[in-house]
Amino acid sequence: MNSFSALIARDLRLACRQASDSLTVLAFFILVTVLFPLAVGPEPGILARIGAGVVWVAALLAAMLSMDRMFQSDYDDGTLELLVAAPIPLEIVVLAKASAHWLTTGVPLIAAAPLMGVLLNLEPEGYGALLLALALGTPSLSLIGAVGAALILGSRRGGALLSLLILPLFVPVLIFGVAAVEASLTDVSARPQLLILAALALAALALTPWPAAAALRQAVE
Amino acid sequence: MHRFANPTRFVALVRAVQPWAAGIALVTLAAGLWFSLIASPADYQQGETVRIMYVHVPAAWMAMFCYSSMAGASAVTLVWRHAVAHVVARATAPIGASFTFLALATGSLWGKPMWGTWWVWDARLTSVLILLFLYLGYMAIENAFDDRARGSRAAAILAIVGAVNVPIIKFSVDWWNTLHQPASVVRLDGPAIHPSMLTPLVLMAVGYTALYLWILALRVRADINMSKVRALTLRGA
Repeated sequence: MNSFSALIARDLRLACRQASDSLTVLAFFILVTVLFPLAVGPEPGILARIGAGVVWVAALLAAMLSMDRMFQSDYDDGTLELLVAAPIPLEIVVLAKASAHWLTTGVPLIAAAPLMGVLLNLEPEGYGALLLALALGTPSLSLIGAVGAALILGSRRGGALLSLLILPLFVPVLIFGVAAVEASLTDVSARPQLLILAALALAALALTPWPAAAALRQAVE
Repeated sequence: MHRFANPTRFVALVRAVQPWAAGIALVTLAAGLWFSLIASPADYQQGETVRIMYVHVPAAWMAMFCYSSMAGASAVTLVWRHAVAHVVARATAPIGASFTFLALATGSLWGKPMWGTWWVWDARLTSVLILLFLYLGYMAIENAFDDRARGSRAAAILAIVGAVNVPIIKFSVDWWNTLHQPASVVRLDGPAIHPSMLTPLVLMAVGYTALYLWILALRVRADINMSKVRALTLRGA
């Protein structure tokens, strides 16, 4: 547990020193969201209808943008080899890395989401569900992304390859994340969708560290 | 299984299987096409478009069968470092992707006259589309490394992770209200389809499976020969 928190603390410290990285992701999230009103037109009705989906797609893309860096710098400077040789299970290392990614990417996205809701004319009833859905959904994104980030280490075309591997696996989170907001907008309980999102997060928590750790092991072999 | 980790022995097995697979594929596909296009009744609701089903349904089965084989072979690769299992997985990927594309394309051709649209975003169609992307991702990561062994292992892990999609495809028509109809052949209470339509369907399914084995045999032999060529070139250089 100590090494787990030490790893998270290390990653957070690194993220603070390179704060522009996290801010770039946040700026990307906001810019992608802003593009939609400009593209589909500023009519409030249309924006309110597509708002939840736009926020989710932008969050997915923003989370993915920072994902390829989850293990890349450790792989480049050899830290990863030490982590693989370290006496802690590699699965714990993966969990620490994914948690740090969520703290530096997922949390800022959640914090910025209400502002995006205002820009997209989201109905007031939708905000609670949007924030809850993002809070339950973004950890899954970081965890699933860890598998992809570990798989592409040392490959020739990292970023584009990562999106091809990971975006299809993000689809369930996207579907239920948007469905939760839609439900709350139509005065139906968003509870089932939120429970499914929580289930996806728990399943990702239990399952993704194994393939990610396997990928890391074969990457440094 | 370990007996066939030796490529030479495995190629001998593949050589033995190949003519049988080719023969069965040609005979059953010819018979299946004759039954499905000529000698079976038109549907009372769908009319002649029901004949698309005989191409579509076995293709969709093969799409899932190929992915399951690929994931299974990948697991064998990772667990036992089996030398040939990955060749099978790698050779399966483009075949499975083609079957998936065939299923999507024929389904779309059937959907236009029947549903009035080429495409709907229901759970079955979406999950099969994701299956196609998983195949594409597998082939992309396979070729993304200068070191082929690394590409093999990374692709194997991806194939196993993507296997979660297979049960989702199978049960998507039960879990969600889909426009796509639920299972009518593989059911606990027996097939809900008339024998005159089941015969061509089964023939086509057997034909597709034999076709898969035939192409797989060709691709596996080509792959192993390519490795030999590469090894000889390296030795010569």
